[in-house]
Amino acid sequence: MAGVTGSAKPTDDPRPLFGAYGIVKRFGTFTANDHIDLEIRAGEIHALLGENGAGKSTLMKILYGLLEPTEGVVTHRGAVVRLRSPEAARRLGIGMVFQHFSLCENLTVAENIALVMERSLRRGVLAERIAALGETYGLKLEPDRPVWSLSAGERQRIEIVRCLLQNPQLVILDEPTSVLTPGEAELLFTVLERLRGEGRALLYISHRLDEVRRLCVRATILRGGRVVGACDPRSETAASLAALMVGAQVRAVAARPAAPRGDERLGQERLRLDRLSLPAPGLHATALSDVTLGIRGGEILGIAGIAGNGQAELFAALSGEISAPEAGAVRIDGTAVGHLGINARRRLGAAFVPEERNGHAAAPGLSLSENVVLTRRATAPLARFGLVRRAAARALATRIVDAFDVRGAGPDPAAGTLSGGNLQKFVVGREIQAEPGILVVDQPTWGVDAAAAARIRQALIDLAARGSAVLVISQDLDELFEIAGSIAVLHAGHLSAAMPRAETTREAVGLLMGGSSGPSIGRDMSVGPSAPAEIAHAP
Amino acid sequence: MIQMVLVTVLTAATPLIIAALGELVTERAGVLNLGVEGMMVCGAALGFAVAVETGSTLLGALAGAGAGLGLAAVFGLLTVGLAANQVASGLALTILGLGLSGLVGAGYVGQKREPAPHLHVPGLSEIPGVGRLLFGQDAFVYAGLGLAVGVSWFLWRTRAGLILRAVGDDHVATHALGLPVRGVRFLAVLFGGACAGLAGSYLSLAYTPFWAPAMTAGRGWIALALVVFASWRPGRVVAGAALFGGATVLQLHAQAASIGLPGQLLSALPYVATILALVLLSLGRRQGGSSAPAALGRDFTPHR
Amino acid sequence: MRLDLVPRARRSPLAATLSPVLAFLTAVLIGGAVVSCLGVSPGAAFAVYFVAPLSELWSLQEIALKAAPLALIATGLAFCYRANLWNIGAEGQFVVGGLAGGWVAVATHGSAGSTVWILPAMLVAGTLAGIAYAMIPALLRVRLDVSEILTSLMLVYVAELFLDYMARGPLRDPAGFNFPQSVAFDAAARLPYLMEGETLHAGVLVALAATGLATLVLGRSLFGFATRVVGASPRAARFAGFSEGRMTLAAFAISGGAAGLAGIVEVAGRIGQLQPTISPGYGFTAIIVAFLGRLSPLGILIAALVIAVTTIGGEAAQIDLRLPLDLTRAFQGLLLCLVLGADVLTRFRIQLVSGAAR
Repeated sequence: MAGVTGSAKPTDDPRPLFGAYGIVKRFGTFTANDHIDLEIRAGEIHALLGENGAGKSTLMKILYGLLEPTEGVVTHRGAVVRLRSPEAARRLGIGMVFQHFSLCENLTVAENIALVMERSLRRGVLAERIAALGETYGLKLEPDRPVWSLSAGERQRIEIVRCLLQNPQLVILDEPTSVLTPGEAELLFTVLERLRGEGRALLYISHRLDEVRRLCVRATILRGGRVVGACDPRSETAASLAALMVGAQVRAVAARPAAPRGDERLGQERLRLDRLSLPAPGLHATALSDVTLGIRGGEILGIAGIAGNGQAELFAALSGEISAPEAGAVRIDGTAVGHLGINARRRLGAAFVPEERNGHAAAPGLSLSENVVLTRRATAPLARFGLVRRAAARALATRIVDAFDVRGAGPDPAAGTLSGGNLQKFVVGREIQAEPGILVVDQPTWGVDAAAAARIRQALIDLAARGSAVLVISQDLDELFEIAGSIAVLHAGHLSAAMPRAETTREAVGLLMGGSSGPSIGRDMSVGPSAPAEIAHAP
Repeated sequence: MIQMVLVTVLTAATPLIIAALGELVTERAGVLNLGVEGMMVCGAALGFAVAVETGSTLLGALAGAGAGLGLAAVFGLLTVGLAANQVASGLALTILGLGLSGLVGAGYVGQKREPAPHLHVPGLSEIPGVGRLLFGQDAFVYAGLGLAVGVSWFLWRTRAGLILRAVGDDHVATHALGLPVRGVRFLAVLFGGACAGLAGSYLSLAYTPFWAPAMTAGRGWIALALVVFASWRPGRVVAGAALFGGATVLQLHAQAASIGLPGQLLSALPYVATILALVLLSLGRRQGGSSAPAALGRDFTPHR
Repeated sequence: MRLDLVPRARRSPLAATLSPVLAFLTAVLIGGAVVSCLGVSPGAAFAVYFVAPLSELWSLQEIALKAAPLALIATGLAFCYRANLWNIGAEGQFVVGGLAGGWVAVATHGSAGSTVWILPAMLVAGTLAGIAYAMIPALLRVRLDVSEILTSLMLVYVAELFLDYMARGPLRDPAGFNFPQSVAFDAAARLPYLMEGETLHAGVLVALAATGLATLVLGRSLFGFATRVVGASPRAARFAGFSEGRMTLAAFAISGGAAGLAGIVEVAGRIGQLQPTISPGYGFTAIIVAFLGRLSPLGILIAALVIAVTTIGGEAAQIDLRLPLDLTRAFQGLLLCLVLGADVLTRFRIQLVSGAAR
């Protein structure tokens, strides 16, 4: 009993399965959705495209009953329905696969699934259903494992199984491949095709245009809260789709990516990790083992990998937020800094941009000038006799805001009031303005609009061109292939050897991200006695 | 003799068990209510007052639970409804509760009444060695132990308990699934308050059957420590409460036997023991990490 | 129907100033209702509570003398609470400070020779004892991750019992007819009076100085900045290179030192000897004062005066109107609840939305 009997068969019903008409959603004075119309038919994968902030997630939350629209109606087979809660939406046959999984980490797989079941099932019955469904769709799960012990791919499987146990007619998927390896994404596509074949409708939200062109026959494009177009993605190019989303041609990153390793224009090695091992700093954290890398002046090294494979720990070890076991494991311009704090490393010319803007890179409740004091007091004269020089901090903030075109309300606004893109430009600009010899940046453009992302990437390339060493940790392979000279992969706390960008492919990187060692660049080589950077240098 | 000691340990442990179990449920839902002492002392005052006026221990106990519930509702409104700081609100509740209990109890200082009746099963209660211990307690003791079983069953065997634990683990995720985060938390706060009030009424109706200002003497705080000590597990709450009850009884016996140590230092024993217990627990779990509910003490405001 | 809280883009300064005032007015209204339930005219009660204390010189001095320790302790606590650290054991640090400083006075009682150093030594001893006592929960928190809330509170009971023991035992006046108190301190061990023949002593100046110093440190210094960042965004604070452990120790040292100083000021100022109890709950009332003053030194000074007025008024009401003293305590607890509730207005706009509670 797989819970998929009664699945919706394609019908000749001319009315759309679900329709949303004239949807308006306002938050105060801000209009997130502005008269949006959308029709979804049984047996189709419908793409919803748009930039960050285009109104996709608001619309999706309205369809899942998490928000009620200010105006407009939702229909089901032509009849107006009111989605007052996710429970009501689930009862109507709407299921959701969240991007940031809505799973409780300390509960088990089965408990997380039982959370949304209409009534209590005995443990055994639920486990049987999970197993049966897993058999049907190739979605294997261990019901008694706690969620925190699972990978992103496995977590997504829970979301999908939880959704399918409700036998949904419409499945909403929000950026489902953003945390998957290319291999895992392939498996997901097979499942999606199968669901479509069963006559279910799928609403596929993504900004990955090639996926959309492959899966979907219809797409609705949102910009600024409005529908700006509908098309058949197969008859469009990625560039034309992007132009529809952004409203103008995206300015491609101008300069060519930073030089690859071995290029004689590169300078001295500026940042080095030497067999860095670190025990997991917390219950749900990843241990680093034998991580070795070296970056020269003028080089951008990209570190690819799925979130949760040690990126946060690697960043903390580089910045000094976590001390390395041996001083020599981290070197800045030859100086052993493994035991030094973050400000000592800053004074040696390093700068850092962590992944989380709000609450890590910046304190949201503080003004921009106070946020300048946070990291720049180490390298700029912002305090004297123990007192903060507020005028100097404001002047420096103004310089950063001007140089990076940071837009916010009023002079010196609180960091938390800036949009994601503007705050990210500010925190990246704050570090680059100091002209650091070494910049370590984690997910530089995550959740940032295309214009801001382009500007940030350009700034990273320019910094490297001025002779600095730049380390970019990113989940976004497109980004790494765009700006990095060489790419290494972090998986389960192990770092692969760095490969010159020109000599590798997405597929090869994707394999490493999934944990399989490539034929020539194995994990073993990065822990060998010889420096892996040298291996990669070999012609 | 051993039975007598065990009986006194159990009676000293009972208010801690009841109050700590209530707080455990509250904290499992992700809310830290530091006002246990205030709710407890109000339960003691109102419980005694109502019992004196009506002559009914049961009504007194219910009134005690109601007093705790009422104060908890104020706390729930502040922290769950208005996202006010939980620590500060808990302290406010303690101060408010101490003041209110003084007001309610003012007219009853010095009055005495019969302690709550003890169970007496002919035959069973006279079994030597265990009869008094097992079959001769008052209703509060059995209620406390029953509560431990009930809370355990609720948290791990019911869907509502599952939802409560989920809310305490990740309120963002559970909210996204459409589960009523604030409703669950408010109910959990109310339950914790009712338990604290009931525990307080036990003090004034059974343990020492009179009312004295601030008679809880820090037991609410010890109950809070007990929840941490028990790693948020009901079974361990009972075991931990027995240990603390033991420390209290030991101190009383030592004072009675006048073993030469000043009485004040012996009176300080339960408080020092609480600190030591927390230290030992922390030393013991150095590797394992904390087992506290992940969302404990964090504000939740649903928006967007 | 449900309440929705919509975050404000930035804190409204007007709401920030008005919310404690609004909370105070609401508390007075509720208090009036309670008083009339107790059969007393609210108008008469208001006059006794809030007007009478302000109309006579002796009661004005009493207000200042009660407000001084409250302001001093609460100013110290503001450092902790801003850093999101919860020292709720100021009462214990107050007691230990009074005991340690008082011990110096007892030990030097009747000593010949120069005595000018005695009072400063008492103040230093009281402050250091407060710091040392606050270091227990701080170190346990930093080293072992033990909740500072519970340990600091437990240590209050321990300190009170210890003082009780000392005043009845080792430090009791041998010629005191077995009264549980120490010798009356020498004049050299007493804080000087500010006015001839009145009760106002120099401790008030200590509190004023603390307010000034704290205003500078919290508002302008890097340390005050770090305190705010540690409390508001601990991860950003670590990223900024502010050590959480060191900040914890420093904030506890400041609050413990302030409480200890307040303790010895009380003992050397008003009481003049050690007794089994030296505090009518100043350490706990200061928590209310700290929040009522919105954790800013100037606000705390005002809040301390307001709370002192209600306390003096409460004592008068007990005599004149036969209203129980606990009414004042309940009023203060209610006031704190309302202040915390009203604080929401500064952070959120509140909307009533139809639909199920969620």
